[in-house]
Amino acid sequence: MTKTLNNKAWLLVLPVFLIVAFSAVLPLMTVVNYSVQDTFGNNQFFWNGVGWFQELLDPSTDLGGRFFDSLWRTLLFSAIILLIEVPLGIAVALSMPREGWTVALSLVLMALPLLIPWNVVGTIWQVFARSDIGLLGWVVNHLGIDYNYTGDPLDAWITIIVMDVWHWTSLVALLCYAGLKSIPDAYYQAARIDGASRWAVFRTIQLPKMRRVLLIAVLLRFMDSFMIYTEPFVLTGGGPGNATTFLSIDLVKLALGQFDLGKAAAMSLVYNLIILAICWVFYTIMTNVDAQKERAEA
Amino acid sequence: MTDSVAIRPSDVKTSAAPLAANKVLAGPRVNGRVVVMTLYILFLMLPIYWLVNMSLKTNTEITSGLTLWPRNLTFDNYITIFTDQSWYSGYINSLSYVLINTVLSIAFALPAAYAFSRYRFLGDKHLFFWLLTNRMAPPAVFALPFFNLYSAIGLFDTPWAVALAHCLFNVPLAVWILEGFMSGVPREIDETAAIDGYSFPRFFVKIFMPLIASGVGVAAFFCFMFSWVELLLARTLTSVTAKPIAATMTRTVSASGMDWGLLAAAGVLTIIPGALVIWFVRNYIAKGFALGRV
Repeated sequence: MTKTLNNKAWLLVLPVFLIVAFSAVLPLMTVVNYSVQDTFGNNQFFWNGVGWFQELLDPSTDLGGRFFDSLWRTLLFSAIILLIEVPLGIAVALSMPREGWTVALSLVLMALPLLIPWNVVGTIWQVFARSDIGLLGWVVNHLGIDYNYTGDPLDAWITIIVMDVWHWTSLVALLCYAGLKSIPDAYYQAARIDGASRWAVFRTIQLPKMRRVLLIAVLLRFMDSFMIYTEPFVLTGGGPGNATTFLSIDLVKLALGQFDLGKAAAMSLVYNLIILAICWVFYTIMTNVDAQKERAEA
Repeated sequence: MTDSVAIRPSDVKTSAAPLAANKVLAGPRVNGRVVVMTLYILFLMLPIYWLVNMSLKTNTEITSGLTLWPRNLTFDNYITIFTDQSWYSGYINSLSYVLINTVLSIAFALPAAYAFSRYRFLGDKHLFFWLLTNRMAPPAVFALPFFNLYSAIGLFDTPWAVALAHCLFNVPLAVWILEGFMSGVPREIDETAAIDGYSFPRFFVKIFMPLIASGVGVAAFFCFMFSWVELLLARTLTSVTAKPIAATMTRTVSASGMDWGLLAAAGVLTIIPGALVIWFVRNYIAKGFALGRV
């Protein structure tokens, strides 16, 4: 579908532009402001230039070391999450019932974790994984495995990952399911006539049809796991030690806990720039996929 | 793995009469799929069951040992929440900012999504990307500046502050979803309506809106969802009068020395609005999660 050039369309976009500018640009200006100043309290600020940024990006300083630790931790977390949730989500989508009342039931049950407030998700798992009153922790401990997510860093990581898989795999599955549903029956019939194997059907029919939604799924899952805050905060509070202190948790500690405005602001900006860069890569890939699709259809 | 999940060609419904041999082949395969699905749903439901289970127990029963179902069924935890003003006002506060935010987001996003789906204009691609980045921006970055901003304009501790703050990620999302749905409506409809003498506003309300009604429903669902589940901003921007239920929960837990039953009951009650909303949009849920563009 070709769009017509019409700059009056800006009038329709203007309200959105204004409200998002109000809630995004204005606060970001405050952050930029703080990031180049230092304070001794009493609301007196003085110019500090790029001092905070130098400290932040130098791993040998306290602030820099802390920042890079949290950054690697968060990246590792996002990578693990994608490696588990994307294949699992595809598997679940392929296993969805095709017709009958079970379709609606499965959809509703699958979507349920997505609509639970994030701190309640944390609370549910905090309780569920406890060794004294939680089913999971109790069972695991009675199987003879020593498991304690508040004391052992590895257990804390496993619990957070399982929690995130529980929370978000359905999003990937629902997206893939939507992609699968758009495949016409004729494709499968053709594959059957050709005697295609199950794997061939998946590789040549289902996967290409899911490519677009999978891209959205990977984008959303990467971004949301990269800025995860509430669930691990409720579950472990960033501990034991700093084992599960992800970037957002670290940032809130710095900004609202220690009220270190300059450092927090510098960290916010770098954090935001990383997100912006990754977002740009995804967006470029996505528009390229769309362009290819349009060319293929034309 | 692939054995149990991939779709075998023989398994797919055909318009012609299926062969008997295919049915035989399909038998064990369907079971594999059912197993994956059942295990997954079980995995999703177990923690939720545990929460419901706990909410119906007394605190002595919870702490005295593991019981798979409540031995002394009690509704005291729920009664406490529905009779104590500090508890149930949390639900009212949460629902009020969520509803304000949903209405605002949809109202702002509708014209913009129409513009993106129908016209090319100066800077459209950049604008769309910029909107998208705001959906991805970490709320942790915005917590402190929002606190300053809304305190300065006197909205701190009102539902409006939270509703406006959530517009940061919900408006871009709504634009994204609605644009997907609107692009699915053929342009010819716009042109025919114009020839028939419809003015633009009349066309938009009378003809266009009914065509994308499911898209509006899905967008509203997502705005509701992301505003309902968010806590970091909601908690930062409120203190007493507009405190959301999620914040009430975290504070009461630390203060009263772990009242597990009450905590669980409050948790269960936060799941219910979500479950109701899903039920209403269940037929559009798959397309909706694909943001209207499959």
